[in-house]
Amino acid sequence: MSALKRHPSLVVMFALALIFVFIVPQVTELYIINDMTVFAVMATLALSLALVWGFGGILSLGQSVFFGIGGYVYAITVLNTGESTIPILLGVVVPMAFAAVLGYFMFYGRISDIYLAVITLTVSLIFYHLIVSTSGGQWRIGKSPIGGYNGIPGLPPINVPGDPSARLGFEGKYYLSIIVLFLTYFGIRWLLATRFGRVAVSIRENEARTELIGYDARAYKLALYAIGAGVAGLAGVLYANWGGFISPVVFNIFFTAQIIVWVMVGGLGTLVGPMLAAVAIQYLVTQLGAAATSEIKAGLTIFGMRLDLKDFLDSNIILGVIFIVFKQFIPKGIVPFIRDWFSERRTHGRRQAESGSPAE
Amino acid sequence: MDFAAVIFIQVLFAIASLALISLGLAIIFGMMRVINFAHGEFLMMGGFTTLLLSNAGMNLWVAMFVAAPLLVGLFGVVVERLIIRRLYGRIFETVLATWGLSLLMIGVASVTVGYYQSTMQAPLGSVAIGNYRESGYTFFVIAVAILVLGGVYFGLRFTRFGLLARGTMQNPAMAAALGVNTGRVYAVTFFVGSALSGLAGAVLTPLVSVSPVIGFSYIARAFITVIGGGAVALSGTISASALFGSISQFVAFATTPVVGEVALLIAAIILIRILPEGITGRFFRRGL
Repeated sequence: MSALKRHPSLVVMFALALIFVFIVPQVTELYIINDMTVFAVMATLALSLALVWGFGGILSLGQSVFFGIGGYVYAITVLNTGESTIPILLGVVVPMAFAAVLGYFMFYGRISDIYLAVITLTVSLIFYHLIVSTSGGQWRIGKSPIGGYNGIPGLPPINVPGDPSARLGFEGKYYLSIIVLFLTYFGIRWLLATRFGRVAVSIRENEARTELIGYDARAYKLALYAIGAGVAGLAGVLYANWGGFISPVVFNIFFTAQIIVWVMVGGLGTLVGPMLAAVAIQYLVTQLGAAATSEIKAGLTIFGMRLDLKDFLDSNIILGVIFIVFKQFIPKGIVPFIRDWFSERRTHGRRQAESGSPAE
Repeated sequence: MDFAAVIFIQVLFAIASLALISLGLAIIFGMMRVINFAHGEFLMMGGFTTLLLSNAGMNLWVAMFVAAPLLVGLFGVVVERLIIRRLYGRIFETVLATWGLSLLMIGVASVTVGYYQSTMQAPLGSVAIGNYRESGYTFFVIAVAILVLGGVYFGLRFTRFGLLARGTMQNPAMAAALGVNTGRVYAVTFFVGSALSGLAGAVLTPLVSVSPVIGFSYIARAFITVIGGGAVALSGTISASALFGSISQFVAFATTPVVGEVALLIAAIILIRILPEGITGRFFRRGL
């Protein structure tokens, strides 16, 4: 019981992890398990930005680049070797190395936050253009075509290390993804509790002061950025594994915007918020995609132009509206909003008790 | 010799189009330290205005030089009033809100106008250079870029508003204390920046196929130019366009335009390591 009192969130998350690993697969249909696998992957991706932006204060608008590199590196190497252990490692290490190089130029140049936002977004735009331009047979690495806009289909699932014939099925993919998600969560919690994590957070709070104490903020930011890239790369590997497929859509601007929305809506500086928001928004987008193709007749005609309501269920419009509305009205995100609300009520209640109203 | 002339004109064209698509963004950034992430969609709006109005029977040049800048400029004023001003000084919030606006504009454009794949024939015929032919429109774009840059120089250097704008840029608090209505200066700056974006989108319309996502093909280059140029709008845009335009065009000649864009990005990333505040962070600091 004392553990519950000291670290209530850790205990709750551990209980949830046990439920999702041991109970949920027993009582759920296979197609829902399949959906939950991709939700877990997206939640892992959300955690990577939640770490980098929420705790490191680095507004990386191109987090999807690392996700995409992870997925592509995994896809290309697994098609060439046929065995998945080394491709998984490369899918984590290559994005980290790329982040380290890019981060070196950004952090050691000490560019401003707004420049960093612009550069990271530009990197993702240009990756998209680059990959899309690789259609045609001449663009291949070893046995694997890059495939341009069509991406790389037909990826074999992850196998048991050393045994290429023992491949994961739907359930195996689910177990792997959900375990990675919870391990990432606990790993980040641990990282933030270490000396490294505390310095990183203090840089977010006040960079100049942290440097005056004697820490090199550039190195800490660079390391945190690379760790975030590794997590995103791992999520990319699991994504490619989930669908057996990777395409340049992951470098697309809407994909990267989604990640930002998860963290923003869930709450900056929390881990649970972005995870939940990733699942909820992913679910919402899927449902709205289904609604947009259904028979909704509402709409109006302006200047002879027919505007159907269902057309406005366009995911760009929804993302755009979420962005602007949240920035104007709930800038901190939902989890901090609820937390503030509760703590306000508690202090309010305490104040009333202290004033000693005789009516109670 | 003729080939060298053609290459020279192509490089000049690359520089001119880079300057055109970046200037509006640079002016807003220089004045307010705000990066408008919906800049690409402002260009898209200028393009669609020109395309739709000229297809509806309006004179192409009127649509290009009057309708598009005016419409996009007024839209910019509305955006400044409703979004930018409420978040002024909060960098992350401004980035995210304008990015949300960008997605919203793409969405609205694709449900209203749709993927309107109508390209127009570039007017002005072609010019013979020895054995090569170069489109007359290439020269037209270069001329427009020179005129626009000259116009902005004149406006900042010699008009009363230019004086107030420069003062506000250097020290907003002091300008306000001396009686300058800085709110209005910001609004007018945003109008001018947006109108120039609309004009750029309009001028490039005959060369591209306008679609709701056309902004993406401009925005990476515009961002890089503004970051490379730094906060001094005019000299920054000119110097960064000259540098990046030549680099990307030469690489594009040797390989493909996409690799040219990658070279542009790499050049910019190296540049900001050496000059973190862009070219004008060290050179031309007292320029316009």
